[in-house]
Amino acid sequence: MNILKFFTAGSVDDGKSTLIGRLLYDTDSILADQLEALQRSNRKNDDGTIDLAILTDGLRAEREQGITIDVAYKYFQTEKRKFIIADTPGHIQYTRNMVTGASTANLAIILIDARNGVVEQTIRHSYIVSLLGIKHVVVCINKMDMVDYSETVYSAIIEKYKILAQQLKLADVTYIPVSALKGDNVVQTSEHMRWYEGESLLHFLEKVDTDHLDRSQLARMPVQWVVRPQTAELHDYRGYAGRVLSGTFNLNDKVTVLPSGASSVVEKIEFFDEELAAAHAGQSVIIHLKDDVDISRGDTIVNASALPQETKLIEADLCWMDTRALDTSIMYNIQHNSKVTKCKINEILHKVDINTLEKHPAEEFKLNDIGRVIVKTADALAFDLYDDNRANGSAILVDTRTNLTVGALMFRAAVE
Amino acid sequence: MSTYNFDYLDELEAEAIHILREVAGQFEKPALLFSGGKDSITLVRLAEKAFRPGKFPFPLVHIDTGHNFEETITYRDQMIERIGEKLIVGSVQESIDQGKVVEQTGKNASRNALQTVTLLDTIAKYQFDACIGGARRDEEKARAKERIFSVRDEFGQWDPKRQRPELWNIYNGKIHKGENIRVFPISNWTELDVWNYIRREKIELPSIYFSHEREVITRNGQLMAASPFLNMDEEDVVERKQVRFRTVGDMSCTAAVESDAFLIDDIISEISASKISERGARLDDKVSEAAMEDRKKGGYF
Repeated sequence: MNILKFFTAGSVDDGKSTLIGRLLYDTDSILADQLEALQRSNRKNDDGTIDLAILTDGLRAEREQGITIDVAYKYFQTEKRKFIIADTPGHIQYTRNMVTGASTANLAIILIDARNGVVEQTIRHSYIVSLLGIKHVVVCINKMDMVDYSETVYSAIIEKYKILAQQLKLADVTYIPVSALKGDNVVQTSEHMRWYEGESLLHFLEKVDTDHLDRSQLARMPVQWVVRPQTAELHDYRGYAGRVLSGTFNLNDKVTVLPSGASSVVEKIEFFDEELAAAHAGQSVIIHLKDDVDISRGDTIVNASALPQETKLIEADLCWMDTRALDTSIMYNIQHNSKVTKCKINEILHKVDINTLEKHPAEEFKLNDIGRVIVKTADALAFDLYDDNRANGSAILVDTRTNLTVGALMFRAAVE
Repeated sequence: MSTYNFDYLDELEAEAIHILREVAGQFEKPALLFSGGKDSITLVRLAEKAFRPGKFPFPLVHIDTGHNFEETITYRDQMIERIGEKLIVGSVQESIDQGKVVEQTGKNASRNALQTVTLLDTIAKYQFDACIGGARRDEEKARAKERIFSVRDEFGQWDPKRQRPELWNIYNGKIHKGENIRVFPISNWTELDVWNYIRREKIELPSIYFSHEREVITRNGQLMAASPFLNMDEEDVVERKQVRFRTVGDMSCTAAVESDAFLIDDIISEISASKISERGARLDDKVSEAAMEDRKKGGYF
């Protein structure tokens, strides 16, 4: 059994909370006392049934306003898989929350109201999915009960979405007609849409390939901590602790340590009381090198025959996440895995109108703005391009005045 | 390429180890909050996996309400001896004696809320800049939105409106003087995940997690261990029942469930079939629907 992390963006009216509530409810993931709390609360649907959306509305302010304002993580499990849902609001003022929720997901659910078809927010949500490089997309055409479960309506929407998917280079898109409110095609296949030959949403989520095994040659491990017991019996012990971001390290692999460029060979890989023959993407291990190299936190151990980019000028997509606008005259901290260095935004190349996908020249970058910039870093970063290696192609910006995380960066090109 | 079977527990474990090492790398004076419960016991195991053969780069901190299950304290002391790490105890009784907090009165009096003051005092005394806790997002709705690195102001308050975006696996631990960060490495685990992990790792637990016979009273529909710490009166009927505890908190606010689960396998099947969530067994969450959110804003774990 493995984990599927998925992301849902939607506005109150799409029934996104209802869809998630339905997934939890129909997979028996709601416990009796939570259900009791639901029934005590006075929000009901028109027909008197429980409003499932309450299950995912967490904070009091949200309950009062009836909207989701942050990222909520929800968990459920079937016999086949464990699921982690990053549930975010879909309005444009919550773009940063969507970007946050999308950053860790390997699948996205895009909700379309069958009555409205592909609208501005569909474009927005799909753009974010493509920007953050989420591999799988499921387009749920919701509220099919409101359009008499019509195949014609469904097909027309799909045709329209296919054009958008092509434009955004979304490679893997699956379409499912659902009614979250009534439960059609969410967990159970619908009786009302016999014309639909695909699976229910849950069945699809259970078997979609998550590809945990990263077969790329891009073996990367940022060093988080150097283990040095300095006891009598472990006097010379020096282990580099970190999580393998991508690729695989095997014993005796030739590696390079960046930024120093020192070469060595993997001598030993430890995981607590075990010694491993290899360390794969996702594993947290301790690596020992044959040579006595000076390594500390912030350095990266990489496969010597597939080196990352190493420049101080990087072209990147930026999503601005702070209420205070970007200031191109000041320095920010850039945090790239365990490495922190200073940086400036040297140039704003363009901003994207995420409702229309049009690019515009821009002077300023405000909350929720997305666009292309040139970042100049104080120390060179050992990075990969986001499309090649999400884990090593992303970074955050921290405002040193407030310590807030103010920007998300996806590296698109090294600038020579 | 070697065969590589990375299942969900491996992934959760690797993520938690990564988070613990980030704490070690980013902070000057971190601490691990240890309650004696299964979640913090799991954290200790994860810390061993993150830092052995080295020492933990932080002490364990126990906020002691003085209303403990004896079994928890015995367990704590034996564990500290086994792992050879430092333990710091913050005492709620001391906070009461110093007049910093006032003991609650009335039938449902509990020291649970008083812990917050002792915790904040302990953080201030030792100048901890990061406190690792065993909270999970599946426990409660307010927790579902909390970050893995969660900033508290100098009053220990959590502001849900001012949370930092947390992207990819990058954790921003930068803080101002006086602030501290609560870190939750097992945020993405569910109760069942924790139990499955404990089984897989063969981790020993305090005996009160398993079925035993105990004197209990029924209060507000829940079974409470009869103890000098409960304000009992003639309406409270003491019965002997076969019970176990699903969480280990203060004796005055932790409810038992009737259970014949003697072994970890029994517990896992019990939970899989269970119809009461873990926090449902804590009276302090029942006070209002927004109870947890209010307590977190006030500096609770």
